[in-house]
Amino acid sequence: MGHYLLKRSLTLILVLLGVSLLVFGFVRLIPGDPAVVMLGERATPENIERIRAQLGLDKPVYEQYLIFISNALRGDLGTSVLRQEPVTREIIRRFPATIELAFGAMIIATLLGIPLGILSAVKRNSWFDASSMVVALTGVSMPVFWLGLMLIFLFAVTLRWLPSGARLDANTQFQPITNSVLLDSLLQGNPALFFQGVRHLILPALALGTIPMAIIARMTRSSMLEVLNQDYVRTARAKGLHERGVILRHALRNALLPVITVVGLQVGILLSGAILTETVFSWPGIGRWLVDAIYARDYPIVQGVTLTIAIIFVVINLFVDVLYTLVDPRVRLD
Amino acid sequence: MSTAMTSRASAASPTAQALTRPPRSLWRDAGERLLSNRLAQLGMVIVVFFIFLALFVPILFPYDARVDSDLVAQLNPPSLKHPMGTDEQGRDVLRRIAHGAQASLGVGIGAVSIAVIVGTILGLVSGYVGRSLDLGLMFGMDILLSFPGLLLAIAVVALIGPGLRNSLLAISIVSIPVYARIARATVLSLKQQEYITAAHAVGAQGGRILFRHVFPNSLSPVMVAATLGIAAAILETAALGFLGLGQQPPYPEWGAMLADSVKYLTSGAWWVLLFPGLMIMLTVLGFNLLGDGLRDALDPRLRTS
Repeated sequence: MGHYLLKRSLTLILVLLGVSLLVFGFVRLIPGDPAVVMLGERATPENIERIRAQLGLDKPVYEQYLIFISNALRGDLGTSVLRQEPVTREIIRRFPATIELAFGAMIIATLLGIPLGILSAVKRNSWFDASSMVVALTGVSMPVFWLGLMLIFLFAVTLRWLPSGARLDANTQFQPITNSVLLDSLLQGNPALFFQGVRHLILPALALGTIPMAIIARMTRSSMLEVLNQDYVRTARAKGLHERGVILRHALRNALLPVITVVGLQVGILLSGAILTETVFSWPGIGRWLVDAIYARDYPIVQGVTLTIAIIFVVINLFVDVLYTLVDPRVRLD
Repeated sequence: MSTAMTSRASAASPTAQALTRPPRSLWRDAGERLLSNRLAQLGMVIVVFFIFLALFVPILFPYDARVDSDLVAQLNPPSLKHPMGTDEQGRDVLRRIAHGAQASLGVGIGAVSIAVIVGTILGLVSGYVGRSLDLGLMFGMDILLSFPGLLLAIAVVALIGPGLRNSLLAISIVSIPVYARIARATVLSLKQQEYITAAHAVGAQGGRILFRHVFPNSLSPVMVAATLGIAAAILETAALGFLGLGQQPPYPEWGAMLADSVKYLTSGAWWVLLFPGLMIMLTVLGFNLLGDGLRDALDPRLRTS
């Protein structure tokens, strides 16, 4: 195990170095002078000089990369062009909103997806199975931003049950501690604020969680079907165990193993989807910030957010791989 | 390949022909399995319909998006004259949807085709040559895979500029690693097979061995991945269009049409929101169903249900 972890971690470091090189090269590949492109109409000679100095564009490329990577290792991702804010500080400030959204989506996806998959497998070929698989198939085929807009139209505009976006009502006072509304409201002992936060979270989380939910339901169903045909399940039934016990204790535990990997693989979908969901719901996370930065050609932000998301993505993927080898002793480490 | 061998054997000996079942080809078997799968049939119908739309609508009903507007018919609800209503410039939503099919399917199919060609060649060569070339190429693929697909596509478009052609390029770059990995895995699993050694022995060159003897074995996984990949690429095209990074106005594209609809959410114009999204969903569903069907047909051991 130790050997395996070491090997995987070393590969991870190499890959991250490659990723940093790509993200670094990103700004340098822009056709023309990046400083001019970024400044657009504000490109006076002084401004251009200032941006070139700020981005270190006046130094040789290898030196620029060394500065970039050593700064990044110390947690400094540069300064935004437009507002002159430290990118790292802003990422830390906005990230809790994205995490909240992703967690909400994952909770919806697993709490609905796994039971849906189990029931479909147990009631195989019934109308319930057929209709839940139709839901799953359409779920994976839906553009997340369209689903989000439809949810807004239905539940916020037409029925007025839930807010259409943002994390809190416009006039709500909020003293952030961790910048996670749900966590902070609990820390401050403010249930009203907590429920307001939950109300704002429901629609975006539902939109973002639907695709993972559909994938998890399909995976649970096929994994469950496979396990239900195993000898040990027949043995459990032959012993006269209650059907519920057979399914929940004997079948489900083994069926969930591949589902864990699938749940882990949703991280990429969640991070990609968050960019779109946050845009649709005016959710103040890093995804929407990234999109705004692209419109504004604020490349230090684009660079910083891209690097951050890639790091999170590969680290979680490694974590899921390791977790899988831990829960399934049949998987050999290699 | 198996066809050639069976038919040659049966042609050589009439007794053998009498004793064995009629020759059957792998592809024909798969085709029959595919055609007997209800969901795959549905997928095929949807896919064929949208491909027809994309190919023939621009020819049969020429349309100039630049001059299309009818200021007296702004945001009209669906009617006999406009079955899907009109948008904020009085443009017929049905017509723009029909013409938008070209953008979505063109980018989806085009991006995946490029990715399949480039990825397969990279994977085959990488696996065959091995050593440092393999290490380097696969490291590059690992780096591309370190980004969630859409994020990388967005970053590439942010770099090279918005537009339909650039989205195509971005999405194909993002999709390359998938096919490179499949092709490489095929080479690695076949490299030590006796028929490859035999091909070497009769003097076949690397390129011939790769493309005549190894490549056909990666066809079925690549076909499945490509069909599902088109579905993903169509979603990514729509996402880029929605973010304003894809097709630029006034030209119709489903994702961009949805972005326009956002402004009219509160005024109750549901038709500009519903129909373009429905088309994206249907097309993607079609390719997903077809891809699932292909997987079941080409590898019956993996049958999901």
